Amino acid sequence: MAFTINVNGKTHTVDVPGDMPLLWVLRDKIDLKGTKFGCGVASCGACTVHIDGKVARSCVTPISSVGGGQVVTIEGIGATPIGQAVQKAWLDVDVLQCGYCQAGQIMAASALIASAPKPTDQQIDEAMSGNACRCATYVRIREAIKTAAGVAVADTREA
Amino acid sequence: MSTRTFDKPDQSFEASRRFFLMASAAAGGGLLLSACATQDPTDGASTVAAAPAKPAAPPVDINAYVAISPDGSIRIMAKNPEIGQGIKTMLPMLIAEELDADWSKVQIEQGISDQARYGNQIAGGSFATPQHWTPHRQVGAAARLMLMQAAAAKWSVPVSELSTGPSVVRHAASKREISYGDLATEASALPAPEKAVIDGLKLKDAKDYRIIGKSVKNWDSPRIVRGEPIFGIDVTVPGMKYASFEKCPVFGGKVVSADLEAAKAVPGVVDAFIVRQVGSDLMGLLDGVAVVADDWWTAKEARKKLNIVWDEGPTASQSTTDYDRQAAAFAKAAPKVANLRNDGDAASALKSSAKTLEASYSYPFLVHAPLEPQNCTAHAKADGTVEIWAPTQNPGPGRAMVAAATGVPADKITIRLIRCGGGFGRRLANDYMVEAAAISKQAGNIPVKLVWTREDDMQHNPYRPAGYHNFKAGLDKDNKLVALTNHFVTFGAGEKPGNSAGLPPAEFPAGYIPNTNYGFSVIPFGVPTGPLRAPTSNAVCFAYQSFLDEVAHAAGKDPLDFRLELLASPTAPAPTPGRASFSPKRMSDALRIVAERSGWSRRASLPKGVGMGIAFYYSHQGHFAHVAKVKVQPNGQWRVLKVWVVGDIGSQIINPTNAINQVQGSVIDGIGEMSQKITIDRGRTVQANFYDMPLIRMPDAPQIDVHFNVTDNSPTGLGEPALPPVLPAVANAIFAATGKRIRSLPVIPADLRWA
Repeated sequence: MAFTINVNGKTHTVDVPGDMPLLWVLRDKIDLKGTKFGCGVASCGACTVHIDGKVARSCVTPISSVGGGQVVTIEGIGATPIGQAVQKAWLDVDVLQCGYCQAGQIMAASALIASAPKPTDQQIDEAMSGNACRCATYVRIREAIKTAAGVAVADTREA
Repeated sequence: MSTRTFDKPDQSFEASRRFFLMASAAAGGGLLLSACATQDPTDGASTVAAAPAKPAAPPVDINAYVAISPDGSIRIMAKNPEIGQGIKTMLPMLIAEELDADWSKVQIEQGISDQARYGNQIAGGSFATPQHWTPHRQVGAAARLMLMQAAAAKWSVPVSELSTGPSVVRHAASKREISYGDLATEASALPAPEKAVIDGLKLKDAKDYRIIGKSVKNWDSPRIVRGEPIFGIDVTVPGMKYASFEKCPVFGGKVVSADLEAAKAVPGVVDAFIVRQVGSDLMGLLDGVAVVADDWWTAKEARKKLNIVWDEGPTASQSTTDYDRQAAAFAKAAPKVANLRNDGDAASALKSSAKTLEASYSYPFLVHAPLEPQNCTAHAKADGTVEIWAPTQNPGPGRAMVAAATGVPADKITIRLIRCGGGFGRRLANDYMVEAAAISKQAGNIPVKLVWTREDDMQHNPYRPAGYHNFKAGLDKDNKLVALTNHFVTFGAGEKPGNSAGLPPAEFPAGYIPNTNYGFSVIPFGVPTGPLRAPTSNAVCFAYQSFLDEVAHAAGKDPLDFRLELLASPTAPAPTPGRASFSPKRMSDALRIVAERSGWSRRASLPKGVGMGIAFYYSHQGHFAHVAKVKVQPNGQWRVLKVWVVGDIGSQIINPTNAINQVQGSVIDGIGEMSQKITIDRGRTVQANFYDMPLIRMPDAPQIDVHFNVTDNSPTGLGEPALPPVLPAVANAIFAATGKRIRSLPVIPADLRWA
């Protein structure tokens, strides 16, 4: 079945079953491989994209449900000022180890800052707990989010 | 601020370095420095999917690692697999430093799997730093010498009058200067220096380093934050199809039948077929059914149509509940294998002790679960060659396995090393590689990208072996530890522990008390085991450093003082076979510093429900001491608030930003392991995905203080040694907070209720 979707401002028409997850349409049909497969059940956040500005786990989002939603992926997030600031902070803080989860982390962090421009540690914990980093770079993810948001980087949680 | 302490040189490191030099010489002559034909600079998926920026003029090879373009850009090959440990960034730093390169002109490229050119290429054991510290600096120094020789010839002056600055050769007397780019062509035509010459080259003093010791950010980060396709799972080659492969849920089970036609009838499916086991390695090619399709999701979904009938085989009779029963039965008797370590007379010493303690510790199987599911792209070509794009930690054994499974000679197999989305030891095995090659061949010699599901990965893994430690300790009238015995129950075949399932005879405090006896018994096991980050240490450290904490409390001593007293009293002349570079002084210093930084002596003022614990461990040549501070709610919910780490990995922290990152990650990873388990039921792995095998998340990651105690020892690796002490430090802190001793992992919050 043919579906027309908008990804990073471009329209793509694909002929796939309606239950094919957006993740695999992005990766295997329109060759946007930045969005990652980690679990297939919305448990790890590696596949995080934005649909109409909201975080979505693309591995459990059927293509038939996307409709006219504006999909933004890691390849397109740098076109927004927040996305650009988050990418830059990720580099400045030297966040990543293996890097596999970081596309999803950056997408989740960008959505967080869009809704909470000066996020607290509690807001960071809540917004980011759906995104697993197997290398456990959480100390630096926290620092990079604060750097991108322009707030003090010190961890304010009980220690 | 680092403190400096001085100790005798690390002899075990010297041995491994010599081995590396000899192995290199045997494989390729000299130091592999002769100029080779320019390697296809294929950086894995990158040239297939998104070509990196190329210098304007082609680079010329100075040696196997260094190529310089006339425009001055320098290409340095990174030889080892990158799994997130930062080696792709770090190894070229060593070369660039002694090359005296302008780092801003350096481009790093990933080398392919090539034993003759690079020697062993493995991401494991935290070996890369000690093994390359001198040889890689010599590679850079030798290339620098060739550039100076080229300048000397050009200017008709002796090499001895020349010096170098960042990417230039200078002749001070005539105030001349020439760039490396302008010398590259002449230098590449020179013969490589002889080994004796290279060994005689004076390497830089540490105070003159411009690159080593400065934080260099992860080389691939800019591409990763933009979402460029540089992981194994991103590889695309022309004409490629996608494969999904279903194996028996019971390890080693065989396919009896499968409804291949039903799978083939699914639109988009290209082929479906049975693949047969080759050899007997449970981490090799096993029986299964492959589905090949135009996209991966279609291939994976079509597996649901296969209705596979399995012959599950003997392992179907095994379950974790039975393992626990067998372990309990073993614990009641003497070890089947006695005297793994025997000092003095532990049995008599226990009888005559003023006070004795007994405790049994256990921990479960664990899975690696790197976030990138196993995958590999392979093309078994009709011309009798095989090309492979593999996110592997250890390509060598994979090559042999592919040769055996496809019948293609090893030298006709090209393996491109692709960035791995995590390793943790999982990708030391190459099962996914041989599967991809076999499927490509059987599908009619078409290129195939095999991708596992998360469930495939969770349930087909060489697990960190579970284990059971049954300790007895004896204290004399002065509360000194005088005897320790351990009947260790492990997994394997016959009387042989499986992969990563053994107990080191040197396990501390052996050699530091007068009477020690370690023995073991083996539970027969049909499930593969293997090394998980800090193998053996990640498990044994928990048991020993927790039990020693119990002994300290029984002795009425501060757990820090108790450990320092033990370390101060070695009892045997050669206490630690296989651990020759263990230094009680380095460890004691790390303990004292971590106590100081954490405020250990002030812990009595902590409120109820908050406690601090201490532990140390030596592994992978690193000396680490940790203090953890934990808060336990009255309902048993617990969280680590802060961890202080002091590590001694020698004289040089080569890339500080990555070093700290590795320690932070190790600490959080170790805390995460305390809530994880894998259980076996009827030969199957019970857990399926991250909903029942949880990964640690952001809210549970504590604050972490990282300090390196810089000492006068050769630098050693950091992928692993910071992990093991975390588990007992946290467990000991839970005891301090609640009075509840953690003798079994995972931690069960309900057991920690204290109000």
